[in-house]
This record gives sequence, C-alpha cells and structure tokens, in this order.
Amino acid sequence: MAYVSLILGRVGKAVIVLLAILVFNFFLIHAAPGDPAAVMAGEAGATDQQFLDDLRERFGLDQPLPVQLWRYMSGVLQLDFGYSYRQQMPVLDLILERLPATLLLTGAAFCISLLFGIIAGALAAMRAKRPSGSIIMGLALLFYATPLYWVAMMAVLVFSVTLDWLPAYGYSTVGADYTGLAHVGDVAVHLILPALTLGLFFMAVYTRMTRTSMLSVSQQDFVKTARAKGLAPGVIQRRHILRNALLPIITLAGLQAGQMVGGAVLTETVFAWPGIGRLMYEALMQRDYNLLLGIFFFCALLVILFNMLTDVIYRLADPRIKQGAT
Amino acid sequence: MNFFKRFAQNRGALVGLVILGLVVLLALLAPFLYPDSPWRMVQRPFLAPGEVSGFWLGTDVMGRDVAAGLAHGAWVSLLIGLISTVVALAIGVPLGALAGYFGGKVDDALMRFTEFFQTIPNFALAIVLVAIMEPSTFSIVLAIAIVSWPPVARLVRGEFLSIKHREYVEAARLVGQTHRDIIIKQILPNTLSPVIVLASLMVATAILLESSLSFLGLGDPDTMSWGYMIGAARTVMRQAWWLSVIPGVAILLTVLALNLVGEGLDDALNPQLARAR
Amino acid sequence: MSEPTRESGAPLLRIERLSLALPEGADRLYAVDNVSYDLTAGEILCVVGESGSGKSMTANALMGLLPSGVRVAQGRALFDGQDVLAMDELSHRALRGRRIGMIFQEPMTALNPLMRVGEQIAEVFEAHDLLTPRARKERALALLEEVRLPDPTSALRAYPFELSGGQRQRVMIAMALALEPELLIADEPTTALDVTTQAQILHLVKDLQARRGMAVMFITHDFGVVAEIADRVCVMREGKIVEMGEAREVLDHPRHDYTRALIDAIPADVVAAVGRPADVLAAVERPGGAIPPQRDGTQSTPLLSVSGLDKVYRTSGGWFQPKREVVALDGIGFSLGKGETLGIVGESGSGKSTLGRCIVGLNRPDSGEIRLDGVDLSALEGRALRAHRRRIQMVFQDPYASLNPRIRVGMAIAQGPIANGVPKAEALAQARALLATVGLDGGAAERYPHEFSGGQRQRIGIARALALNPELIVADEAVSALDVSIQAQVLKLLDDLKRELDLSLLFITHDLRVAAQICDRLIVMQKGRIVEHGSAREIFNSPQHPYTRELLEAIPGRRDAPAPVTATAGVL
Repeated sequence: MAYVSLILGRVGKAVIVLLAILVFNFFLIHAAPGDPAAVMAGEAGATDQQFLDDLRERFGLDQPLPVQLWRYMSGVLQLDFGYSYRQQMPVLDLILERLPATLLLTGAAFCISLLFGIIAGALAAMRAKRPSGSIIMGLALLFYATPLYWVAMMAVLVFSVTLDWLPAYGYSTVGADYTGLAHVGDVAVHLILPALTLGLFFMAVYTRMTRTSMLSVSQQDFVKTARAKGLAPGVIQRRHILRNALLPIITLAGLQAGQMVGGAVLTETVFAWPGIGRLMYEALMQRDYNLLLGIFFFCALLVILFNMLTDVIYRLADPRIKQGAT
Repeated sequence: MNFFKRFAQNRGALVGLVILGLVVLLALLAPFLYPDSPWRMVQRPFLAPGEVSGFWLGTDVMGRDVAAGLAHGAWVSLLIGLISTVVALAIGVPLGALAGYFGGKVDDALMRFTEFFQTIPNFALAIVLVAIMEPSTFSIVLAIAIVSWPPVARLVRGEFLSIKHREYVEAARLVGQTHRDIIIKQILPNTLSPVIVLASLMVATAILLESSLSFLGLGDPDTMSWGYMIGAARTVMRQAWWLSVIPGVAILLTVLALNLVGEGLDDALNPQLARAR
Repeated sequence: MSEPTRESGAPLLRIERLSLALPEGADRLYAVDNVSYDLTAGEILCVVGESGSGKSMTANALMGLLPSGVRVAQGRALFDGQDVLAMDELSHRALRGRRIGMIFQEPMTALNPLMRVGEQIAEVFEAHDLLTPRARKERALALLEEVRLPDPTSALRAYPFELSGGQRQRVMIAMALALEPELLIADEPTTALDVTTQAQILHLVKDLQARRGMAVMFITHDFGVVAEIADRVCVMREGKIVEMGEAREVLDHPRHDYTRALIDAIPADVVAAVGRPADVLAAVERPGGAIPPQRDGTQSTPLLSVSGLDKVYRTSGGWFQPKREVVALDGIGFSLGKGETLGIVGESGSGKSTLGRCIVGLNRPDSGEIRLDGVDLSALEGRALRAHRRRIQMVFQDPYASLNPRIRVGMAIAQGPIANGVPKAEALAQARALLATVGLDGGAAERYPHEFSGGQRQRIGIARALALNPELIVADEAVSALDVSIQAQVLKLLDDLKRELDLSLLFITHDLRVAAQICDRLIVMQKGRIVEHGSAREIFNSPQHPYTRELLEAIPGRRDAPAPVTATAGVL
C-alpha cells in the first residue's frame, strides 16, 4: 500500500511540474520580443501569411491571455504540440521519431558514467593517501573542467580522423543497410564515441561524489564498530562504507540525468547523432521555436521520469524510508 | 593569516591561482595587445600557428587573428562567468535565506519553486531562454543565472535551517532582535564560507555554459568568445585542428584553475569540517 | 572459549610506559604520556577523566583505532604477553573482536544503518571464519537473549533505526561479547543514555563480566559509575595518570586534589541519603549547601504561574502519509515564587525542555496560560510581547552553540540592550561590567567566543541573559555539557547571582544530582505530565511516584545498587 501511495504522490508531483513547464513555455513565447505568432513561426513562418494566421487562430491571439493559455494547454494535453513549418511535419511526430536514438545515447552514457564513476571514486577513496588515488582525482578534475563538445571534437580528431578506428558521425553506416545483428553491431560501433564523450563528464562527477561520500562515511562510528569486530578492510570498504556512501549517489544520479539530456544536445550536434538533441540544434538554426519548445517539454518529461525512477530505487535501498515522507 | 596559510597548503590551489591570474591578465591586456576588433580579417585564412610571424596562433577560416580572439574571448568568458554568478547569488541567497529562516509554508512554496527550476534540464532551459530572448550578453547572463541559482538557494536554505536552531540565534530572539537583524547579523555571516566556495565553482560552470551556448551559435554576435571560435572551427577540423584545439585548451585551463581555487578556498574556509563533528 | 595460557597471576593486559604523540599544532605534545597499568582477568578497571584527558586513547591504540595523526611514540601494550602495538595487521585483526571486544559511546551511530541487526552480529563470526551461516544466526539470537533484549526474534530482523538507544547499546554489547573475548573495552557506553537505561546497561555489563570472568576496561568521566562497578580506578588528566588504586581506597581517601575535586563535584552524600534517616541529611548541609534549607514556596508571592499548558508536536506527513503526534506538554500547571529556584527534572522526551521554551517564548503552547506577575504572556503579541519578553531570559545548554562565532563577546552581551533601545556605547560599557560580575575580566569583551573554554562561555551566556535585567532566568540543562569540576563552579555562580540580584530561577535538568545542588523545589516530569512535585528534600527523602523512585535508584554511585554488585562497589 505504501508503495502505491508513494507512486501516486510522485506522479501527482510530476504532473504539476509538467503543467508548470507548459505555463512557463506559454509565457516565454509571450515574453519574447515581437508578435507571439511570429515567434512561434520563427524565420520560417515570417514570410508566410497563411501560417501566421493559422497560428493566430490556434492560439486565439485576439483573445484575453487566460483564454490563450487554456487553448495552448488543452492543445498540448491532446498531444498537439503544433506543426513544424520548416520540417513540414507535426512536432510530436518529429520528436517521437528522434527519441529512441537519444534514449539509446543517454542510457548508454548514463550506465557507463555511473559504473566507472563509482568504481573510480571508490578506488580513489580507498587510496586517498596514495599517488594512485591522486591520479584518479586529477583525471576526474580534468574531465570535469573540459567542455563536453570539445572532448567530443578531440575524440573525433584522434579516433576517427587520425587513427581511423571509429566512425566520426551518424547513427549507422550510410547506405550499408545492415539487418539483424549486423545492424546492431553497426549502431554499437557508432555509439561508442558519442556515449563515451557524453559519459566522461558525468563519470568525473560521480567519481568525485563517490570519493567524498565514502570518505565522509568512513569517519562514522559504525565503521569503527566494524573494525573492532576484526573484519577485513576490504569487507569494511564494500559492505559498510560503499553501501552507505551510495545512497547520496542515487539522488545525485537522478539530478544529473537532466544535465545529461542537455549535454546530449552538444554531443549529438558534434556527432550528427539523429536524436532530439540534434533536432534541437536544427530547430535553433532554423529558429523553429515551436519545435524548440516541444523538445524542451520532452526533455523535462524525460528528466522527471528518470527522477521518479531513482526516487523509487532510493527508497528500496534505504530501509529507513518505508513511507512517502519527503 | 591563517586563511592564506591553509590556502597555500593546497598546491593545486596555488597552481590554479597562477593560471587564473594569467587569464585575468590576458583579459585585461586584450584591448592594449590587440586594439583592433578580433573580428577583423587581417591575413590569409588557415594560417597555421607560427607560419607567418606576428600571428603566433595562426588565423581562422576568415583570416582573423586567433591570438586576438583568444585574448578578447578571455575577457568575455570571465566577465560573463562573474556577472552571471553574482546574479545567481542575488536570486539564490535571499530565497534560500527566507525559506530556511521562516520555514513552514514559506519554505514549502519557495522550495517547490526551486525544485521546479532544478528539475528542468538546465542546459536545455538556457538554450530556450537565449534563443527566444535573442542572443546578447544580457540574455546569456540572465539565462545562466536563471539555471544556476537553485543550488545556491538550497545551500543557503540548508545552512539557515541548521543555524537558526543554534542557541545563539534563539538567544537573539529572546533579547528581542528583529527578524531582519537576526537574518543579516546573526545567521548570514555564518553561511558565507560555503557560499564563497560554491560561487567560485559556479563561475567555472558559468564559463562552461557560456562557451557551450556560443558553440551552438547562441553567443552575443558582437563579442568574440572561445565557444564561438570552437563552433566555427568544427566544420574545418580536418584541415585546421589548431582552430578548435587552442580555444578549447584555454577554456579547459580557466575552468580547471577556478575549480582548483575553489577547492583551495574550501580547505581554507572550512577547516576540518568533517573532524569537527 | 580458549583457556588462558598465562601463568596464573600474570596480568592479561600490561601497558608499559606508553606515550601517544598528537599531531603537530595540538594543544599538547602527547595524548597519553608515559602511562603504565595492568589489568588482570576478572577485574573491572575504570579509567576516569574529563574530556581531553586522553582516557580513551589507550583503548583506541589497543584496537588500532587511533585517529589519523596520532601515533605511538614509545612503550608497549602487552596483551597476553604479545605487544599489540607492534603486531602486523593480520594478527591484530585476529585479536579484535575475538579476544578483545569493544563498545562505544554513541549507540545511535555505532551500528550500520543499512544492515539488519542479526547480520551485523553474525558478521563477527564471519570475520573470524567461525561457524556456518545458519549457526551464526542461532548464536546471534542466543546473544540477543543474553543481553535481555525484548523480543529477540524480531530484533534479529530489525534495522538499527527501529530500536531505541538502550536497545542498540545492548546489540553493541551482544556483538562485542559474541566470541567471548577475554577483554572488554567499554568507552563511555552509558553516557549518551537516559539515567534509567544507563543503570540497566551498567548492571548488564557487570553481570556479564561476573558470569564470564572477563577483564573489563571501563572508560568514563563519571565517578558515580566508578562507585557502581569498578574494582580498580585509574584517574587521568592531560594524558597522565594522577592516581591509581583500589576503587574503595580512591573513593574514600583520594590522595590527589584533582581526584578529590572530581569526587566532590558529585553530591554523593545526597545520593547516599536516599531512603535513609534524616540524620544523614544533616551531614549533607555543608558549606555551599547540597540541599538548601527547606523553604515553603507558596509563602513568597508567585512571580510565574503556569496553568493548563498543552503542547502537541505534529509531523505533517506527505500527501498520503498519516500524521504523527507527540504530546510534549499535557496540562502542566505550577507556580514559581520570587527569589525561588525551581528544578524541572525528567529524561529526554519528558517535555521539560518544551516547557522551558514555552515559558521564554521560543515555542508557543497550544493552550494554557503563562502568567508573569499576573500578565498572561501567551495572549500577547508583537510589541507588547517583546516588552515582557525582556523579563524572562534563558541560559542555554551548549556553550559552543550558544555564542555566535563571528560576534565579539562584548557585542553578544550588548545586543539585547541595543535591540531594546539602549545606545551602543552605553550597552557595551554595561557588557564589560557584566563580564566582571560573572568573573571574567573586561578585556574579554573584545575577544571572540572560540578563545574561551566551555565554562567561560557558559559564564558569558549568563552575562548575556543578565544584560536585560530579567526577573526570571530559565536555565535549560545549563551545566550538562560541562565537565563535572566546572559544573560545580557554574552552579555556584548561578546561585550567588540569584541571591545578589534577587532573581528567580527555573532550572531544567535530566540530572537529579545537579538538581539537588541548587533547587529549592522540584518538579518531576514524565511524558509531558508532572508526576511529582515538592521540596527537594521531600523528593529525595520520600519519593512518592514510582517513576521518581526509579530515577533516584538509577543514579550511579548510590549505596544500595539493586544489581548483585561485588563488595568493592558502592562505598560512598
């Protein structure tokens, strides 16, 4: 029962956040300089009176603001995100078409960064006073300070242009038309560089966080208790310190998911990865604001879903929280 | 005295301070070293570093001096990093202070608001804000500030929550000090150390954000920035690697230096936080 | 388990000329300075000292738990003939838990919050490769039964957060005793517990020790505990042993002034007088007065009268969560005369602190009246309330948290008058005078709180409370965080000031011994209710309520301890 009400509570909260984002989007359009219809249409529609009129009609721009808001919201709630004049397709279709590639990329990057970040952080914590620990932390700091898109470009320069080991761009080999396993393998090869470069920054975040968390847990009294039992250091590290140190990492991972979707815009742009990040870049270039706001909404949706997931995991991991207390 | 000693004990922080000092110097000297606009085409395009004397970092696709761009870009990066951090602090500190001090419904409302901004993917939000407000230094600073204040508010709120129940605050209430005096004189000074550390890291993050926005073509069209230089070099990576490598290294060093300084400040301002417990 | 192989008479543990060096920049060179003592099997040695005396350091060195930066400078620690300090990690580990067990001060944090209690006990066997997983579980259950945990079967599956402090400490003891160690080190194991729980844990340790014939090194700051369980005592100060000997000998005839001060700080004779004829009480009324002469509180005009005070704490749950309610105050009523000292005694959770906070105005009661000179404070708001608030001030518990680290001491005292309209210069001058009143020199005004010791800070806190010329001072556990020798000084200061300035004092404490030293009348609280009130003398002599009796009996160092104690204990 507790879990049902917990999930209900989370969903309620998520719905509120999403509605708030819609309101936010709406006011963003109105806050922009110029006619909202022109903003929505961007450069694309500016020349096309028909399109502008359509937009004015749809948003009821002659109506009072609350009515406009209501029309906009009810449109979105019926999954009508508008039409991208530039791409000649409904926004929703465009996004749904590109979504799987982004999910694949961010999912892979997330797993890579979390797994290696925690391992590196744990190693750095256990070797806090040895050179190897300092080296890990130095590298983490380096990746933490490097612009994501620049790492991506350097990776292309080294692994594609110079060494020619991996493809520099795209989702699969153009014109190869692989099927089955060959297709999977092809996509995987294309995925390596984008996922690694996107994951690198977040790996640095998790490494630093894991180390800090473990060092602070290792100061706690129960670690002293474990040592007084005569447990081996490795067991103490794994069973007592790491397990407790991971709890805050779970929360952090949920928050970082949002950053990862944002980072995907840069990575996908560099690698011409056909996801919604690249779509966002295209929308930017073409000043297709309707599409931009639609993508923005979906990014937020992804983040919220992810936060809910980590929230549930946290609750499973920490026996102290049995109920939906915040 | 003690503060500088503790700061200097962290060798990384000293290195960071030196690098940061050099970047600041470069930014300050830019108008004197390269009085011309960095946008001016001065030589053949695609000159490699050192190929023609006087252009020790070469020229870009349009024949602009890379060194001039680098110097002017330093100014832009530091300025935007600093101002947007100040704006973010100006939003986050009061919100966090009010939420933490008054608690209850005020806290609930302000924290829901903060959570909302924290939930929205912040780079995506910055893109949307700058794109719709039209790229300019003002819109970039505002967008970065809007996406970076929530951690400040949370930090300040947390500090206020823990400090407001300290006995010296309760003593101040008992002798009849006003809420304003208690917030400003009793609590706020005791939250400064972690805020300063966070601020130094925020400048670094702001510089990264600005460069990412410029990379996507959302920079102020009137100012030269490192992110723009890399973005412009992206399509010619194969022919002219230095055009993307050089400004990238500049960003990396600046952000690294700020992080190192931040860690040093943390050591110096919060000595033995863990051990004190 | 294993039969001791020592020749009979040889000590189980022999500390020889041990010195532990502190890191550079510490306030002294050695945490422990040239310390030697023995501990034989079947003996309880109490290592006594105040905080910072280095009393726990030797034990930490034995267990390899020294804080980073502290290192062995010289000496040996022979356990069963082997030098523990020179051992390699592997053989040392084999010793820990198996032949030497240890329990710690903080039961709330000493257990891993993410592991079930049973797993944590079973881990002790696993650490030393003993038994099968199944047998480990059975032994864990048996151990929980042995430490008399209620419902051991479900405790086995519980997480630490589901147990109370006392229960967790029992779990800790079960873990420490799992492999039947020859030596048990107990580092202030009862300090963080309520008095009644404290007494139970002490008896448990004593009982298990007697049954198993272990050697126990019991580290404490409390001579009451010494009287309760020690065979021998070792008194430490600033890293050195100042006195060592048979418990009875040291308690009856302390040779060193410091030991005497520690013993004197406990009003042990009062405690001993519990349930004894009044003639003993006569001896108690020594200079300084452990129990002030009987005074009838109702004769003086009441300054403060409280009636029907209720307060319920509600934790607002989330959307779908049931709310929880804790009754902190339930129909509290009493009155306090001018110039009187009233003690409010109770354990944590009794509501005594909430009562104090409601009276000074830090919390608002749900209902009821708080009248000061006839004016109902709980009905006042804003400016009118602020005007009256001045008349009741508070002295806080924690000398480290009660002063703002960034505000100079003089300013901290002057803030109150300044907020009430006194010009700054005048307020600061007054602050200097107040510092002199509480026994600090005027130069203290220019310094920051961190330059003062705990006792000095508490004096500053008192000066701050006096700055607004209050009529009533509420002291909430005002001496609980201080070392016993300092406690007595601060109590004396409070008592002197009360007489000089004609103050009334509401003294809130969990410690009956402290209450006995200063209070005219006492109120005993339990679960938000007053269960007993009367003069201090009446309550100590003939407690009426069973809870009061329980509290009195639980005080360590009482003559008639209920547990089977050996002849050496309880000599006061």
